[in-house]
Amino acid sequence: MKKIEVIQNVLEANEVIASRNRQLLDKHKVFAINIMSAPGAGKTSLILHTLRKLKDKLRIAVIEGDVASIVDAEKVQSEAKAIVQINTRNMPESCSLMAAMIEAALKGLFLDTLDLLLIENIGNLVCPAEFALGEHKRVVISSLPEGDDKPVKYPLIFIDADAVIINKMDLLSHVDFDIAAFRRSVTGLNPKVEFFQLSCKTGEGVEQWCSWVWEQVKTNTRGR
Amino acid sequence: MHELGVTENIVNIVLAKANEAQANKVIQINIVIGELSGFVPECIQFYFDSLSKGTMAQGAVLHFDSIPTQLRCRDCSTIFHPQDTVWACPGCQGRSVEISQGRELYIESIDIE
Repeated sequence: MKKIEVIQNVLEANEVIASRNRQLLDKHKVFAINIMSAPGAGKTSLILHTLRKLKDKLRIAVIEGDVASIVDAEKVQSEAKAIVQINTRNMPESCSLMAAMIEAALKGLFLDTLDLLLIENIGNLVCPAEFALGEHKRVVISSLPEGDDKPVKYPLIFIDADAVIINKMDLLSHVDFDIAAFRRSVTGLNPKVEFFQLSCKTGEGVEQWCSWVWEQVKTNTRGR
Repeated sequence: MHELGVTENIVNIVLAKANEAQANKVIQINIVIGELSGFVPECIQFYFDSLSKGTMAQGAVLHFDSIPTQLRCRDCSTIFHPQDTVWACPGCQGRSVEISQGRELYIESIDIE
């Protein structure tokens, strides 16, 4: 018997495809945001607000990831310039989008006609943390009814986030969510993170988020 | 829930290395897995048994070496293993920490014949 040293990252295959996606997006000057959260935290609602606010300034496409159904795709259809629905139910893995799924979805988009790509990941705080897609920014939404302990329970997804959104701020008086404690937990893990507090229900705070997205896209395009 | 793709990668990497070494059979695959990694060894073994059928890796034992979580306090640089889910530094009670170890998932080596 002989021992052979390997030392090879098992996730490398996904990372290779992710960096290929990123190069393709960069080549066509498309800025991509990966939006992650637990089910029901407000990914689709946030995407709808973003589309309505920015669609006159930016050409925006959406990739919708869901285990099944096209309900989210139907909701955003009238607002987005293009939309690709990925259903993971019949795929070998259904808990997260992966770089290869995005690679296939990008083939269905005319990238030259786009400025911004919003990717709605599968509702899940565990698995999406492990898989890069080729995105420029990673955004996590936490909503007040979920409780303020999510960064403690699911640290990885918060560690790699560029922005964290606290959604459903309109419910603040009805739930025991300690905003300061939540923000402390997140900044402990990730000191450079940007926070947005908003309500997709009332629209309060959505403006600041959209300005941030707009700034990111502008900086990205100007940089090249 | 997402171990299938990862196991496919493991099988591909192992077979490539074993072929390169002109092996007849893969006996054991030594995998290093961080405590924080979201992958379940039993699940990887389950997929592996199915994916390796008919290859020289069929019947190989997957040996997992678990690496404990290690955190570093950003304030006082203490390196520690968290005792519970609250990641607080035992030195200064600070909550600003970074992971220095525990997210690994790699194949360290293979034993071949």
